[in-house]
Amino acid sequence: MLASLVFYTFGFILILSSLFVITARNPVHSVLFLILGFFNAAGLFVLLGAEFLAFILAIVYVGAVAVLFLFVVMMLDISFADLRKDAMQYVPVGLLVGGVLLIELTMVFMSWQASPELAQNIAHPIDAAAQANNTKALGLILYTDYLLIFQMSGMVLLVAMIGAIVLTLRGRSGVRRQDVSKQVSIKRADVVEVQKVTSGTGI
Amino acid sequence: MDITMEITLAHYLAVAGLLFTIGVFGIFLNRKNLIIILMSIELMLLAVNINFVAFSSFMADLTGQVFSMFILTVAAAEAAIGLAILVVFFRNRGSIAVEDLSQLKG
Repeated sequence: MLASLVFYTFGFILILSSLFVITARNPVHSVLFLILGFFNAAGLFVLLGAEFLAFILAIVYVGAVAVLFLFVVMMLDISFADLRKDAMQYVPVGLLVGGVLLIELTMVFMSWQASPELAQNIAHPIDAAAQANNTKALGLILYTDYLLIFQMSGMVLLVAMIGAIVLTLRGRSGVRRQDVSKQVSIKRADVVEVQKVTSGTGI
Repeated sequence: MDITMEITLAHYLAVAGLLFTIGVFGIFLNRKNLIIILMSIELMLLAVNINFVAFSSFMADLTGQVFSMFILTVAAAEAAIGLAILVVFFRNRGSIAVEDLSQLKG
């Protein structure tokens, strides 16, 4: 009873906030509603017994991705009203595509049923130990059976990091920077010149 | 016994389906604003994640959660690269309108 109440609360707020994400006039509000939606999705994950993923969602999505969006929205100096000006002309085609997709999903869902052999195909069953310690159970299979994919996702992140840095790095001209090696390697003869000055004349 | 009391796999799939549809609709609704389009893509990926975790939980198989983690990784990388391209494009053109993006061609 309580679980179903919690599910409906989380699910309702999740759907509602995602609707606000796409309809909000101010993109900052969109990002804030996105954060609210992520928190509620994390709540759903806790309800499903996937605590580790719930925390990952809160840390990675809310802490990194959504805040990155927030930074970019606030950094770009754009009139967002202009971007929305004639947005309404795309609503019919959007409703059409979205509605067709929803109907298709519903139809798939109505005719779908689990195969009876499914129970034999379970690769990593969630037993009592996995239920009690979700993080440990995930780690036990992540670092053994899925080691290759784990390493590859690390490579994906590395490439993304390097790509983002290379894309946004720019060498500005006209900036005076301290060059320590240039300062240290300078010789006395380069900067001081001794002149013999005869009295009564200038140099 | 009505369907609202006991939460089954079907409930989670309905939430995920609605979320995915909202994501697709958001791409059309904000056709000019690249930032909201990226956020819609994040919503769609979140819907996929909810599907993975719901199936994993109700089929009692941990594999789905592992793959959900990989989706999270790819989504984070995608957001970082997408926003980096957006910032560079804004620096060069002074706009983020999607119709100007055809200038990205070589």
